[in-house]
Amino acid sequence: MSKQHWPLWEVFVRGKNGLAHKHAGSIRAADGRMALENARDLYTRRGEGASLWVVPAEAIIASAPEDKGELFDPADDKVYRHPTFYEIPDDVGHM
Amino acid sequence: MKDALTATDPRETAFEEHVSADGQVEPKDWMPEAYRKTLVRQISQHAHSEIIGMQPEGNWITRAPSLRRKVALIAKVQDEAGHGLYLYSAAETLGASRDDMVDALLEGKAKYSSIFNYPTPTWADIGAIGWLVDGAAITNQVPLCRTSYGPYARAMVRVCKEESFHQRQGYEIMLQLARGTDAQKKMAQEALNRWWWPCLMMFGPPDHDSPNSARSMAWKIKRHSNDELRQRFVDQTVPQAEFLGLSIPDPDLKWNEERGHYDFGTPPWDEFMEVVKGNGPCNRQRLNARRKAHDDGAWVREAALAHAEKRRERAEAASQAA
Repeated sequence: MSKQHWPLWEVFVRGKNGLAHKHAGSIRAADGRMALENARDLYTRRGEGASLWVVPAEAIIASAPEDKGELFDPADDKVYRHPTFYEIPDDVGHM
Repeated sequence: MKDALTATDPRETAFEEHVSADGQVEPKDWMPEAYRKTLVRQISQHAHSEIIGMQPEGNWITRAPSLRRKVALIAKVQDEAGHGLYLYSAAETLGASRDDMVDALLEGKAKYSSIFNYPTPTWADIGAIGWLVDGAAITNQVPLCRTSYGPYARAMVRVCKEESFHQRQGYEIMLQLARGTDAQKKMAQEALNRWWWPCLMMFGPPDHDSPNSARSMAWKIKRHSNDELRQRFVDQTVPQAEFLGLSIPDPDLKWNEERGHYDFGTPPWDEFMEVVKGNGPCNRQRLNARRKAHDDGAWVREAALAHAEKRRERAEAASQAA
């Protein structure tokens, strides 16, 4: 039996205009057009979508879990980036 | 000091702490090899069950008694195919190859839920499957929406949203038969008689005979034991049967005031083991149908790739000419 691999695609669905595309899952398809058709059939059978993106899974560059600290920890000690860091008297009202 | 061979991998300790605090695990996170293997086995078996599960109901699409029933049944069977695809994708995130999983099913090496090895001789069986088999599946799957492996949990959220239509369409079929002629009511009762015990066995062996359960529960893959889920299903289903005016085929079934649950009889586990071993009423038929569908579709898979390649070459030639 000869093996025929359809590549893997990641599917992103925009629920309605005004919302961002959100990752829904993945599918296999021979090319981009078929990936769109399959994604339509698999992820939007009940009106879940207004727009679809399909992206070859191998095109996604992902950060590695072990780099989590290096990438994200520096934000932890920068409390001055948050509004609550600043002391404003209540009398000033909502700001 | 521990020697290097017996020392626990610190990553494993961190992992255990993370999952026991209800932390989620994502595809590229470090995980113990046994956790990965358990999940690949469970998710791929779950996927195979969805795919094989299309057959008992697919059997009735051409004979559905009305157009309304027919469109609903087609939509349901299409959903089962979709559930299989969500699950194969989830298993692929663990490094499993889809081809290997499919091959294991076709070669009879992989398991799938035994419930799909029972036949659907009457239309009432379609009602009973939706009501009972999907009802049991929902009981199993709702807790899996919080399972520790992220992609599996997310697939289950989608699946559960879709399953509730399945159960309701099945119960509606049963309701219509139960309120119909004597012959229709008898047909509904007989379908309930056929599916009741196999459905109770969908939750797996009793806890004391389920050796892998404890570890799966420690890893938060499983959130409730087989017996807990079975009890939950019985408690939910008995009043639904009463509403239909049908009787559950279990002389030991009775409400236990003290426990606040129904007591019920012991399912025929000998039969279950036989079906698991491949000797159920439809095991061979189900696998043969799947193999035939796979072989008959081979040219489509090849043609789609050839077509994609041709389009790619044409696009390349056009861009060079420009």
